[in-house]
Amino acid sequence: MPTKKKRSMQWELRLYVAGQTPKSLAAFANLKKICDEHLAGKYRIEIIDLLENPQLAKGDQIFAIPTLVRNLPQPLKKIIGDLSNTERVLVGLDIRPAA
Amino acid sequence: MAKKPDRVALGPGLGKARTGIRGLDDVTDGGFPRGRTTLIVGGPGTGKTLMGIEFAVKGAAEYGEPAVIMAFEETGEELAANVKSLGYDLNKLAAARKLVVDHVKIERHEIEETGEYDLEGLFIRLNHAIESVGAKRVVLDTIESLFSGLPNAGILRAELRRLFGWLKDKGMTSVITAEAGNGHLTREGLEEYVSDCVILLDHRMEEQVPTRRLRVLKYRGSSHGTNEYPFLITDTGITVMPVTSLAYSERAAGRERISSGIPGLDAMMGGRGYYRGAMVLVSGTAGTGKTSVAAKFVDAACTRGERAIILAFEESPSQVTRNMNSIGIGLDRWIKKGLLRFYAPRPTVYGLETHLVTMQRQVEDFDPQVVILDPISNFNMVGTRRDVRLMLMRFGTFLKNRGITALFTSLTPGGENLESTTVAISSLADTWIFLRDIELGGERNRGIYVLKSRGMCHSNQIREFVITDKGIDLLDVYLGPSGVLTGSARATQEAEDKARMRRQQQEIANLEADVKRKRLEAEAQIARLRGELERGEIELQQKIAYAQNGLRAQAQERTIMARSRKASGEIPKNQARPGRGPKRRG
Repeated sequence: MPTKKKRSMQWELRLYVAGQTPKSLAAFANLKKICDEHLAGKYRIEIIDLLENPQLAKGDQIFAIPTLVRNLPQPLKKIIGDLSNTERVLVGLDIRPAA
Repeated sequence: MAKKPDRVALGPGLGKARTGIRGLDDVTDGGFPRGRTTLIVGGPGTGKTLMGIEFAVKGAAEYGEPAVIMAFEETGEELAANVKSLGYDLNKLAAARKLVVDHVKIERHEIEETGEYDLEGLFIRLNHAIESVGAKRVVLDTIESLFSGLPNAGILRAELRRLFGWLKDKGMTSVITAEAGNGHLTREGLEEYVSDCVILLDHRMEEQVPTRRLRVLKYRGSSHGTNEYPFLITDTGITVMPVTSLAYSERAAGRERISSGIPGLDAMMGGRGYYRGAMVLVSGTAGTGKTSVAAKFVDAACTRGERAIILAFEESPSQVTRNMNSIGIGLDRWIKKGLLRFYAPRPTVYGLETHLVTMQRQVEDFDPQVVILDPISNFNMVGTRRDVRLMLMRFGTFLKNRGITALFTSLTPGGENLESTTVAISSLADTWIFLRDIELGGERNRGIYVLKSRGMCHSNQIREFVITDKGIDLLDVYLGPSGVLTGSARATQEAEDKARMRRQQQEIANLEADVKRKRLEAEAQIARLRGELERGEIELQQKIAYAQNGLRAQAQERTIMARSRKASGEIPKNQARPGRGPKRRG
């Protein structure tokens, strides 16, 4: 992922899934679309499959699947669900202030 | 007492996982259902979390069943600190790979919800934890907090249902804690999903004394106690006090008798004292010497080399020993020898349940043959009469099952019906000794009697009970025409009696002398009469002889006369004419 501007504008996102379920796939597709539209070139998505790395669930306090965690910028944010409501994802990630 | 009156037949084939919580395994007839889920419901501060954790910790530490605690409210550190005070080291158990604590933190403000999701993350975490230690037990405390963290209750409910089913499929013996709710059993209606075993905890104030109670609301496929059982949270965890353990053990009632330490009292009980293992109640009005009777018993026990505990709820140990020294009972030496222990908490420092547990612990720790509780009436300060009675029943049964001879003293308030006031506990007692004061002639003296004593022949007498600086003595009371006399009245009466006896003895001597004299008189008279009789006889004999003599003389004279007139002597025969003679003769 290329960095263009200030490092502070780098978005680090982590998507927790459990196998390739329809919800997980939908969540990833939705996330990718939103990021490409709004955060083009300044984001990084890490997908963590808990079926492969169950021990990672504890660290980010994951209990729902799928869960999107915004590690950067601070503060930490979590969005659970398949991210089908773009509007709420934008608000949840602080990309767009709540209307 | 019937055994287990509140139970139905045990369901077949249902495995139980021992909770290790004192008393709870009795109430649940063996523990929580193995491989199933138990719901613990209670208001805030009722001890649900602690019960869950103790279940997990005991399983991991004592029953070889590793456990997972998934905590939704407290962090691992908080939990570790909480159970450390109960003597369990969570970190050590975790290091030994017997226990995992996973804190699930849900920050409502961090979480946005959009679209479809499930709780697979929770399943994965739980599964990971279970597999990491090979867990057999799972505690979810308090899973309802999910409801406040996640807005979509519909998904939550479906997922919880799936979770509980999943736990069951995995064969986990699980405990889920939940807040008590209004209208529903639990705030979020979790009882819908968990229906194998439901435990209800309650914490309420009764007469300003906090009391915790536990009830098994439901236990599918198993018998269980149905009462409300008081329970305690002490420094060793939770202790439930099941009424069912009231059932007397099969321990045979012994025939051994032990001295009460007071020979006079032993004499009143067939000369042999109390039965070993009996429960003795000594009740009486104020200042009648109840503690002294108890101290004498302790003294006798320690002299035999037995151990004794005095549970003193009225006086401090030093005060008791000083007072008993003043009447010649040296308890200090037994304390020094390690045969006597005092346990003297103020009645008001604990509730009844705590008292019961601490007393039991003292007994278990010291293992005495004799236990004194002085006085039971002080418990009325911390509980209702019914609760006190129940507590004493439990304690009495506990002692009896251990074969300990117990002596309880009880203060009876003065009044008209002295005996009925303590009836509430008297039915528990095997031997009931009653002490009372007897007021007479401006004095108060002590009377003692054995009101009842099961299985032995005992005296029905009221005896006077005297405490001197040399000890205790029982005297026969004076039973005279004017009633029972004690003290100086008795002494006076005894002096009078002696005088009267002397007078009577004198009288008897007099009478005996009289008799002698009379006999002598009579004998003299008899002698005189006999003399007279003899004299009279002689006279009469003489007269008789004289008269006979006269007769003979006359006959002689006539013969002589007839001879002198010749033949005339024959006349009577020859004079008779023939034919006439026979007629005359006829």
